[in-house]
Amino acid sequence: MGETSSRQLVVDVKDVTVRFNLANQKVDNLKEYVIKMLKRELMFQEFLALKDVSLQVRKGEAWGIIGTNGSGKSTLLKVISGILKPYKGSVDVKGSIAPLIELGAGFDGDMTARENIFLNGCVLGHSEKYMKEHFDEIVDFAELWDFLDSPIKNYSSGMKARLGFAVATTVKPQILIVDEILAVGDYKFRKKCEKRMNEMLSNGVTLLYVSHSLNDIKNMCSHALWLDKGSVVMQGKADGVCEAYLEAQESN
Amino acid sequence: MKLTIARLKEFWHYKDLLKQLVIRDLKLKYRRSFLGYLWSVLNPLLIMIVMTVVFSTMFTKDIENFPVYLFTGQILFNFMNQSTHQAMQSINGNAALLKKSYMPKYIFTFSKITSGLVDLIFSMGALVIVMLATGARFSKYNLLFPFVLLQLYVFCLGLGMFLAQANVFFRDIQYIYNAVTTAWLYLTPIFYPIDSLPPKVMWFVKHCNPMYFYVGQFRDVIYVGKIPGPMIILAGCTTAILMLGIGTWCFLRNQNRFILYI
Repeated sequence: MGETSSRQLVVDVKDVTVRFNLANQKVDNLKEYVIKMLKRELMFQEFLALKDVSLQVRKGEAWGIIGTNGSGKSTLLKVISGILKPYKGSVDVKGSIAPLIELGAGFDGDMTARENIFLNGCVLGHSEKYMKEHFDEIVDFAELWDFLDSPIKNYSSGMKARLGFAVATTVKPQILIVDEILAVGDYKFRKKCEKRMNEMLSNGVTLLYVSHSLNDIKNMCSHALWLDKGSVVMQGKADGVCEAYLEAQESN
Repeated sequence: MKLTIARLKEFWHYKDLLKQLVIRDLKLKYRRSFLGYLWSVLNPLLIMIVMTVVFSTMFTKDIENFPVYLFTGQILFNFMNQSTHQAMQSINGNAALLKKSYMPKYIFTFSKITSGLVDLIFSMGALVIVMLATGARFSKYNLLFPFVLLQLYVFCLGLGMFLAQANVFFRDIQYIYNAVTTAWLYLTPIFYPIDSLPPKVMWFVKHCNPMYFYVGQFRDVIYVGKIPGPMIILAGCTTAILMLGIGTWCFLRNQNRFILYI
């Protein structure tokens, strides 16, 4: 215990609540807004995607995040990446993050893979020069040399995932966020990604990993967090949490 | 203050992203067109020729070298019109990226205005062609044009940010703004001389229409070949900074809620 707690805290999520406005019809034009305001119907049907979630991740740890669809896994990752701001609570992150959220790291479909590599690298906050230096390494890893100059919109989801993963892991982030992206890759590529993630972990990179495959979580991660309907059910060592989760799923 | 410095640092950190986005806009604009970037020069030229033919019979007596008069107003107004329309869509249009990674959101708005500015620089090439073809006088004061463009650029940044954030919450803005820019076009002396307006309207245009400040200065510098008057410079700079302030303030105030609406 003494050894782990002395390591630096890189992600500190404190009592985070994320609120979405789940208005039945989205009011996005002025006329409706005024009418609804006059009729006093501008009520917000609140939906809490996360409720008082706390999570502390130390440098070099690998956390698996599990839970059923819609339990708030991606929302939590978005809060940690800074895409969403919490409604209540605080998030403190130290170090650069490479997020791979919801299949694909944000590519522009009309642009070629070559252009997207630069765009995506810059989105992650790197300079053009840095991307030039790592360009070959990225394409080598993604094994996409033959399709480098065709628009991304013609890529299959697996190819997009390859490219996204290659960019995000080659730019050497301090925190890597992987959200189900590997589910669309083929067996060989998944193995390759796992190898890459293990290498990164041994170099002190922190990993946050969402997967529906409990085996993957047990293999990759030291710790796990189980979310259900936006609340934390359990967190701790990966094996224990996965087992409890599996039991709960099967008894339902 | 500390926050402002942190924001400026962040902007500097993402400067290459801005560059990439501008390159993306320019590349996608002319992708698969035969003449490519040449259109940035040809397009304003062709429109200018059409407008000259249409309007020259009406105003040509009052205005010396009508093509240059028209062109100096037209390219500036087009830049403002197109870049702010593009900027208005910059947040909604990049929802896919904004939902998946963190980056300063105003980068997208900046990139649209900046790629419009690059297009305007291309149009300056067309302006030189028109000036040569019509035998216009060149003067050393012509070189003051970057100062005018800078004011307009800052003004458009502010206006673009205001429109972009408003458009996230109310999509009606785009239709309203369409009507506004049409009125704005006719209220700016682009293809008519300012003195042909009725006195009251002229007073309004001269004092309340920001585009007049910029087109007026630009014409002084390029068309007349003199240093613009101090009042119009002051009006132009003040309006630009004020607009940037308003745009930035609205944008920063609302930016954390964007993600819930796009």
